Amino acid sequence: MTVTLRLGFLPLVDAAPLIVAEAMGFAEEEGLALDLVAAPSWSASRDLLSIGEVTAAQMLAPVPVALALGLGSPARFEVLSVLNLNGNAIGVSTALAARMRDHDFALSDARDAGLALLAAAGQRLRIGVPFAFSMHNELVRYWLEGLGQTLPESLEIVTVPPPLMPDALAAGEVDAFCVGEPRGSVAVERGAGVLLLPTSAIWAAAPEKVLAARAGWAEQDPELAGRLIRALWRAGRWLGQGANLTVAGEVLAARLGVSAEVVERSLTGRLVIAADGAERVVPGFLRFDGGAAGFPWRSQAAWIGARLARRHGLDAMQAQTVAAQVFRSDIYRLHLGPAGADLPAASAKVEGSLAEPTPVASSRGRLILPPDRFYDAQVFDPGLAG
Amino acid sequence: MTRRLSIIVVEKDRDRAVMIVDGLREAGDHDVLVIADELGLARRISERNPDLVLIDAGNPSRDAIEELTLASAPLQRPVAMFVDESDGALTQAAIEAGVSAYVVAGLSANRIKPVLDAAIARFHLMQKMRVELAETRRALEERKVIDRAKGIVMRAKGIGEDEAYALMRKAAMDQGRKLAEVALALVTAAELLK
Repeated sequence: MTVTLRLGFLPLVDAAPLIVAEAMGFAEEEGLALDLVAAPSWSASRDLLSIGEVTAAQMLAPVPVALALGLGSPARFEVLSVLNLNGNAIGVSTALAARMRDHDFALSDARDAGLALLAAAGQRLRIGVPFAFSMHNELVRYWLEGLGQTLPESLEIVTVPPPLMPDALAAGEVDAFCVGEPRGSVAVERGAGVLLLPTSAIWAAAPEKVLAARAGWAEQDPELAGRLIRALWRAGRWLGQGANLTVAGEVLAARLGVSAEVVERSLTGRLVIAADGAERVVPGFLRFDGGAAGFPWRSQAAWIGARLARRHGLDAMQAQTVAAQVFRSDIYRLHLGPAGADLPAASAKVEGSLAEPTPVASSRGRLILPPDRFYDAQVFDPGLAG
Repeated sequence: MTRRLSIIVVEKDRDRAVMIVDGLREAGDHDVLVIADELGLARRISERNPDLVLIDAGNPSRDAIEELTLASAPLQRPVAMFVDESDGALTQAAIEAGVSAYVVAGLSANRIKPVLDAAIARFHLMQKMRVELAETRRALEERKVIDRAKGIVMRAKGIGEDEAYALMRKAAMDQGRKLAEVALALVTAAELLK
């Protein structure tokens, strides 16, 4: 018998696993009908999940971690899988881009791009991000701090709802932004901004959106949770195959209200960076599959926890421990092991240590982790055993 | 005598803003400011330092206000989201009415309640008006389609208006469908056969 599950999402390209699971029959295979509820904002999505209006939701990876640390709201969520890695882009206003003429906009070197930005911005730099608890916010801060420069005193990272970003740029409310697709491309199309750097150039394998549920749900209803996790995993695998991207573009375009051409830019990593049509190819710009992309590593959560702790004056070690428990790699294993996923032997890793694709111990012995370097070559060792 | 509450209403639509403000005025003599321009919203709000912020739950700009719940600078007063508060029924009513409230930490519940009750009543009223408007529009659309379908049947069968209408009614009843659906099918088919 088919069970209907209500899932929250925001109309973004990286909602693809949810949209594809429903549209391409992966949910149906598991006896699920997905009722996808578009939320107007991340806070609204969090509240929908919190009061039980939806059973699970696509969520910014830092939101469940922040909640566990007591930041933002009393809700408690768990991460059942990672929906995608990377996929955001940093851009600058056209006015700021005009002052960066000496920069090549190659979209590959975070350090070059950062130094060029600081030089052009001078004493005033305000950067818009979609939400206080977002990888956008974390990665922009990590990037700027790691440049080893004195940052402008007026540096501000502020929340600007992405639909308003083009207007905020035009009005000079922000000078730069970091958003998910298709928002960056829409800003380019509207002539409001120029893309400067994909966030994958800051951290090559950053968890971006996750599947979140209320704490305890997946254990109270393991059968249903398993069906949902598997359906989304299969959708992610389908999205990982290049041959499917044209169809994926069409399916997503219909849901997101932008053209398939714009959606394909992020799916293929061929980004149009400016209104004049200049293009850059970014391998791994947005990833749904391959190298255990969906695996909720405890160490990813610990990294987020450590960053949040630093900014909000919490004890770092304690925050890492609490955060690590939010990413439920045990639940992921429980449901995807029998389904045939090649699961890593460990649930935590030293983040940022892989410069090359690297084979690691796994359940089926064929797992190769992709590079996960930070641009400043730092590594993050959460000290979590296993 | 208690101090007047400083309330900010975030609402772009002028008519809706007026309705909300009127509702709040009935709840007491409060200092109400409407912000229509959503650019730099968090900054505008923190400059004003209100006791209470009301915003449509469907407004994407809510995310910008969330930032204020984290305010940590010494002079800033942290703003709590109302769903944090202990009054579950009131929270539920607010969510159902589609209004989000952000309340400055430490403000007592009995000072907020009359204001929120008034806001909830207004948001409910606005929701009802929206539904009614949509309903009226839909009825009007259906009327037009039914009239067109009737014309098609009249021409095709050379019968009068009443007879054509009766024929369509019967077809709808036989098929267990709504008259408007049958009419739409007729109009669509007629377009194809043109």
